[in-house]
Amino acid sequence: MSPADSNARPLRILVCIKQVPKAQELQVDPVTQTLKRVGVPSEINPPDANALEIALTLKDRHAAEVVVLSMGPTSFDESLERAVAMGADRAVLLTDRLLGGSDTVPTAYALSETIQKIGGYDLILTGEETTDASTGHVGPGIAGHLDLPQITYVSEVRIVDGTVRARRTAEDGTEWWQTAMPSLCTVNFGCNKPRSPTLTGKIRVKRGGVIAHWSCADVGIDPKKVGLLNSPTIVAKVDTIRLPPRAGHIFSGEPKETVRALLEALIRDRVIAP
Amino acid sequence: MERFDAIVVGAGPAGSAAALTLARKGFSTLLVERGRSPGVKGMFGGRIYSWALHDLLPDWAKDCPVERYVVHENMAFLAEDTALTISFDSPKLGEGRSASFTALRAKFDSWLAKKAQEAGAVLVTGIRVDGLWQEDGRIRGVLVAPNDRVAADVVVIAEGATSVLTRSAGLKADLEPREVSIGVKETIELPAEAIQERFGLGDKEGAAFVFAGQASLGLRGGGFLYTNQSTISLGLVVSSEDLAREKVEIQDVQTRFRMHPAVQRWIRGGKVTEYSAHLVPELGAGMMPRLWGDGVLVAGDAAGFLINNGYTFRGVDLAIASGIAAGEAVEAARAAGGPRAANLQVYEKFLRSRNVLPDLERFRRAPLYMKNERLFDVYPRMLLEIAERLYTVDGSGKERLADIVLREAGAAEVPKWKLLLDLLQGARSM
Amino acid sequence: MTDGHGLEDKSHFRGVWVFLEGRAGHLRDVSTQLIGEGRRLADLRGTPLTGILPGKGVDALAEQAIGYGLDRVIVVDDPILEIYRSRPYAQVMAQLIRRHKPEIVLFGASKNGRDLGGRLHAILETGLAADCVKFDIDAEGNLDMIRPSFGGKSLAHILCKKHRPQMASVRRNVFVAPPHNPERRGEIVREVVELSPQDADATLLEFEEFTKEGGLRPEEADIVVSGGYGLADPKNFALLQELADRLGGAIAASRKAVDSGWVPKTLQVGQTGMTVRPKLYIAVGISGAVQHLAGMQEAEKILVINIDPKAPLFEIADYGIVGDLFEIVPELVRQLDALKGGDASDRRAVPAEAR
Repeated sequence: MSPADSNARPLRILVCIKQVPKAQELQVDPVTQTLKRVGVPSEINPPDANALEIALTLKDRHAAEVVVLSMGPTSFDESLERAVAMGADRAVLLTDRLLGGSDTVPTAYALSETIQKIGGYDLILTGEETTDASTGHVGPGIAGHLDLPQITYVSEVRIVDGTVRARRTAEDGTEWWQTAMPSLCTVNFGCNKPRSPTLTGKIRVKRGGVIAHWSCADVGIDPKKVGLLNSPTIVAKVDTIRLPPRAGHIFSGEPKETVRALLEALIRDRVIAP
Repeated sequence: MERFDAIVVGAGPAGSAAALTLARKGFSTLLVERGRSPGVKGMFGGRIYSWALHDLLPDWAKDCPVERYVVHENMAFLAEDTALTISFDSPKLGEGRSASFTALRAKFDSWLAKKAQEAGAVLVTGIRVDGLWQEDGRIRGVLVAPNDRVAADVVVIAEGATSVLTRSAGLKADLEPREVSIGVKETIELPAEAIQERFGLGDKEGAAFVFAGQASLGLRGGGFLYTNQSTISLGLVVSSEDLAREKVEIQDVQTRFRMHPAVQRWIRGGKVTEYSAHLVPELGAGMMPRLWGDGVLVAGDAAGFLINNGYTFRGVDLAIASGIAAGEAVEAARAAGGPRAANLQVYEKFLRSRNVLPDLERFRRAPLYMKNERLFDVYPRMLLEIAERLYTVDGSGKERLADIVLREAGAAEVPKWKLLLDLLQGARSM
Repeated sequence: MTDGHGLEDKSHFRGVWVFLEGRAGHLRDVSTQLIGEGRRLADLRGTPLTGILPGKGVDALAEQAIGYGLDRVIVVDDPILEIYRSRPYAQVMAQLIRRHKPEIVLFGASKNGRDLGGRLHAILETGLAADCVKFDIDAEGNLDMIRPSFGGKSLAHILCKKHRPQMASVRRNVFVAPPHNPERRGEIVREVVELSPQDADATLLEFEEFTKEGGLRPEEADIVVSGGYGLADPKNFALLQELADRLGGAIAASRKAVDSGWVPKTLQVGQTGMTVRPKLYIAVGISGAVQHLAGMQEAEKILVINIDPKAPLFEIADYGIVGDLFEIVPELVRQLDALKGGDASDRRAVPAEAR
């Protein structure tokens, strides 16, 4: 029996998502040397979409409530609406100019405070990392702030007897971990196929009232702990990568001949032993 | 579960008109569109006759995304490399109820769907309705997936020519190939100034052409050209039966058509930016599907409300009018006790008062008339031969016009009585 | 739970630390590689280099670690630390850092290293830069942490000016491990950190080791044969395995091949997969998205086999064949066999010293 079956209160699962530029559309502004975000099609950070899918699967099984949480400008509503259309119950966007330029330390802090404000959570899910910043620091950072058990890099989550069991992919093998609830898991990119939005979900979005916008003041976030100026790290500069020139011996033509020419070159250049 | 008084499937002109009418009458209305936004999946020739829009939105002209008002009408008969064009110019063509205009579906459909939303309809895009939710022989709503259904008292099917739901509701038999034409359309980019100069148009003025004869390589069908603000819509509608019989690909017909000197002169230097193709059900009034059932109505292309008589291609106006009629029928059925088939039968009455059925019946001979291959091959050729002789002065002496006509008819091996009959039939149909 | 270290204490922070990870009695190679780079940074700063080794019964490992260039190893020995767990490891690190105030702390960007670093930087409220590929010391003595950004299209210089320690993670195979010197002597310091059984808040129920197909992992192989979407079918990876067997190499894959479910994610090279720097990287049917480049552009030599002469990967190829991989790869296998009269099992990359 899961707690959802035995308790009056349904299980509450929070999913932290970020809106990112679509992977194929990653473009660097040649002037500012930062990622172009304006006018570029966006999507839910793909690993976060995998986390959401795990949450929705748990919802199907345990009648859980799924609350999606994000931090960013109001344009992030697009992704939050999609999450609700996919089946999440509601969404919270922490949106405040004070948060602009936050690195992973204030981000983890601000999201933790927002999670506390939502309250009553049993499980927090995030993607393993974002495709635009690729740090993977925020998920464990939230667990650190909230002093929760964490299981990172998971592909499957089960709720068994009021505990969380998750399958983690480590360097050398697969691990099954168990923790008490509440806990936090970060989810592997590509571990499942996120579902499409439903008609019912899209109607709920259209009817409105599914996304709450909270400011720092609403949550009680200390303005002295967030934003660019209160972030420990700064990006001092960005260099364009210049790859070392390569020899570029390209062969084309009849397979027998090209392969012979290639092997001769590899042996001549002592890349493989004769 | 979500529920509405009415669900309209398809946010094309018919669906948006139905949703707008229903929402105005106080029905909670869901409008579902499978494209990412309305009009993305829609296709049509490029021209809209405005009368039905007048009825739906009297002040439509204020913000409707009109490309150009058609003030130059042209009909061209094409032979191998010659053309005979009959033109009719009138600034009045662009005014009042009889105005017609060119439009782009992505803009027009989005605009009309927005009007429906402003009236209170809920628009959902990017969802393909998988089927009708039927229970105890009546429609209860729509289905997208086993766990994704939305309830409604009545469903208006405005899904377009594919008519999957219409068939699944048992309202329509599968189309026979001979009842279907294939439409193709290219969008060709040209600067607005170039278009205006070439066609002799003012700022908001537009030209329309229909092409017969070699336009469709002599197969049943015809071509069209419409001027938009800074693009030209160029396309063909050709009988799929003829294409199959002659083993010709529609793309090849279109390529030849585009290369004809009488077409080239208009589109020269333009860049093709879009190409689309779709089915055009060639249904006369006699072939229309059943248009209503228990809790369901069919409107627009799905109902076969199209007129193609060789010189006009009409669809959007009939779609809008049928959408209005559908909304009116649902209201009348509610007053009569609910949207049962017996009560929805009133739809036919509204289709008449909205001029959908009368127009279709008036042109009901058109599909048959269109089947007369002489219209597409022999007569255009004849006309062109006549014109060529009339306008060729080479010092060999001039014949009288009547002699030329009779001799060309003889050369074309058309008995005189047939010529007369075709003319009469044509006059009746038009 | 958190405490910041403001500018006023900055000068009290001294020394370079590396977090050490062991497995089966040996240091992970990402740890030995870190020691090499840590040594360089410690010398630049004129400070000692310390390895941190939490665990149970890890004295031998500590001895071994010194041989790679450490001045001392802090060992925290506790039964709870026998396997890696986020909370107790983060507690150990946080307490040691508060106690000793190191200036720089480096982690391997392994699964556990990232798990730990992410948790720890939030607890300490200090900067952490992920996946660094290069370090420098700037004019003010800050650690210039250089990491790929925007899918590997550029390099960002990250500074952590006001907070200490400056923390960074480094991917495997970005730095080269120094040779082991068993003669090297260093100090082994045992420290005690208060831990209670409740700190073991996660239980490992099951562990299933990856079976090593083909015997070698791509990160360890001198030759990597990597397949992409062009393979069209999972069974065609058998072709690559044949080639890898002839060359004593390992197989790997692009993200598209992994996303298509053809091979496990553990074989994925690129931004969201692993970084490899073999002596020869053979890309078969991979067009070469920037995200893929991020994982293999450090290879010594790159051989590209692709039917599309416009495939972007050709631009960074040392060698390339434009052609149908289903003809080229079997032909390559045939000719390799012919070269050795059918016994080519030891045709491997030429060791670097021999060149």
